Amino acid sequence: MTVETAVSRPPSIGEVRRAIESGSRKAVEWTEAVFEQIRLRDPQIHAYLSLHPERALAQARRIDEMAAKGDPLPPLAGVPVGIKDVLTIEGLPATAGSKILEGYIAPYTATSVRRLEEAGAVILGKINCDEFAMGSSNENSAYGPVRNPHALDRVPGGSSGGSAAAVAAGMAVAALGTDTGGSIRQPASFCGVVGVLPTYGRVSRYGLIAFASSLDRVGPFAANVRDAATVLGVLAGHDPMDATSSPLPVPDYTAGLDQGVAGLKLGVPSEYFAEGLDPEVRAVVERTMDELRAAGAEIRPISLPHTRYAIPTYYLIATAEASANLARFDGVRYGFRAADANTLSAMYRRSRDLGFGPEVKRRIMLGTYALSAGYYDAYYKKAQQVRRLLTDDFLRAFAEVDAILTPTAPTPAFRLGEKTDDPVSMYLADIYTVTASLAGICGVSVPCGKSSEGLPIGLQVLGGHFQEAMILRVAQAVESLQSET
Amino acid sequence: MSVSLDDVRHVAELANLELTAEEEGRMLRDLNAILAHVAQMNELDTSDVEPMAQVSEVVQQAQADTFLRKDEVRSSLDRVQVMASAPETDGTFFKVPKVIER
Repeated sequence: MTVETAVSRPPSIGEVRRAIESGSRKAVEWTEAVFEQIRLRDPQIHAYLSLHPERALAQARRIDEMAAKGDPLPPLAGVPVGIKDVLTIEGLPATAGSKILEGYIAPYTATSVRRLEEAGAVILGKINCDEFAMGSSNENSAYGPVRNPHALDRVPGGSSGGSAAAVAAGMAVAALGTDTGGSIRQPASFCGVVGVLPTYGRVSRYGLIAFASSLDRVGPFAANVRDAATVLGVLAGHDPMDATSSPLPVPDYTAGLDQGVAGLKLGVPSEYFAEGLDPEVRAVVERTMDELRAAGAEIRPISLPHTRYAIPTYYLIATAEASANLARFDGVRYGFRAADANTLSAMYRRSRDLGFGPEVKRRIMLGTYALSAGYYDAYYKKAQQVRRLLTDDFLRAFAEVDAILTPTAPTPAFRLGEKTDDPVSMYLADIYTVTASLAGICGVSVPCGKSSEGLPIGLQVLGGHFQEAMILRVAQAVESLQSET
Repeated sequence: MSVSLDDVRHVAELANLELTAEEEGRMLRDLNAILAHVAQMNELDTSDVEPMAQVSEVVQQAQADTFLRKDEVRSSLDRVQVMASAPETDGTFFKVPKVIER
């Protein structure tokens, strides 16, 4: 594999594993090649916040020893992966993209990361993201923005923009991200990769630095649907350390991928094709739907009538939960403390003012306001009531259809700086993704075409609770259509 | 409903944030813009709608006793490791600026 081929077509998990098994290319060589790719590409893209080559090569050597002995290899043997820096790994930094966690070294490992490592994955490093996963463009990282590998003047999306960019640029075969309101799906769409939002409870959040606990989820990025399904299968399952994780058994997500869409009922909600949708995105998504119809799916118009209230609902619930979760960052236990404060309360306030960036402060303020005396009923409780209406919309829809198709984002990747001055316009970048977050259902963004400027466009496939196998099957059909054309 | 500068200062105090004068002005502008957008929710009559706090109440889960772990004593994180990432400790406790003058 030369560096050039890594850019245009990253190796699949299957290719990496088979080469290691046959001895044609060792895990150490795959790992070194990806680090070389990072050395060449990341100075422009800035996806990684920290690299840990010694640790990674030690993991790769263990896989090579297993292969040399002829031992059966685990499902992700030697697969180089990157981890969004909101997930902890014992002994490594965990910044959450924030200055307030500068210098913090995590004392334990997130369950999702531990599962990857137990499956043989090689952890390359920690990946850049919006501060505390709050953002839709990756411009909110305290360590500088990530750039879109398809166009360096464009954002990669957010908040898991670094994870999407790393996979898109061949700087990881797969990556972990987190999604609270669209933070896996929207960057997957902007960077032309596959990103999965698992059902709430499907993947453990133990070791995830919390943003909004009733919404936060961990999920995979990969260059193709089969790889994303493979990684999801490794991540999914009950964890005694996360009481919100589901005890439901985990199916083999790769087993039914090639069943096609013939006979499936796929719902298309009219509310997602209204004002604000870029005409090119609409055209590419509608063409994909026509192709799915030609492949035998029934494309059925549906209505999700409360969709227009999703952004207000999401931004009240997410910020209210964030204001509580981020209270723990006070200069006492982790990382940063302001130097010049003589009293305890001044130390708290100054550490938080210097440690948090503008978007995090804005959200803490909005959330605190929504929870404060006199405003709780009008804002927070009202948002929870609308959350139920939005969820009921989906439950009614899934009684009729197998999956729902929408654009992932209203536009292709926008330019750096384009929306930084206007929080409301930035929030509207999540308009098609926050609904599934609020309802707890699963979703995937899969590339379905490009704009006239060559920017990737993603199709979002949404499924009912624990219907990951169904949405991945539809996504696989979309991916197969791409390679045919 | 719109937010005043006094509201911004009050909420900043509740949130343990010390905003500069410049930050206060910007926060006032941004919060009012966001709350104007949020006001759309008031079009909906939700008087008969039960608030939804968690997804798990919608998804029928197995009985709690099958997935809550046993309530038993287990080892926790290593104190030395935890203290190593704190700004100031004496090795046993976190240290903070003096709270009570005497």
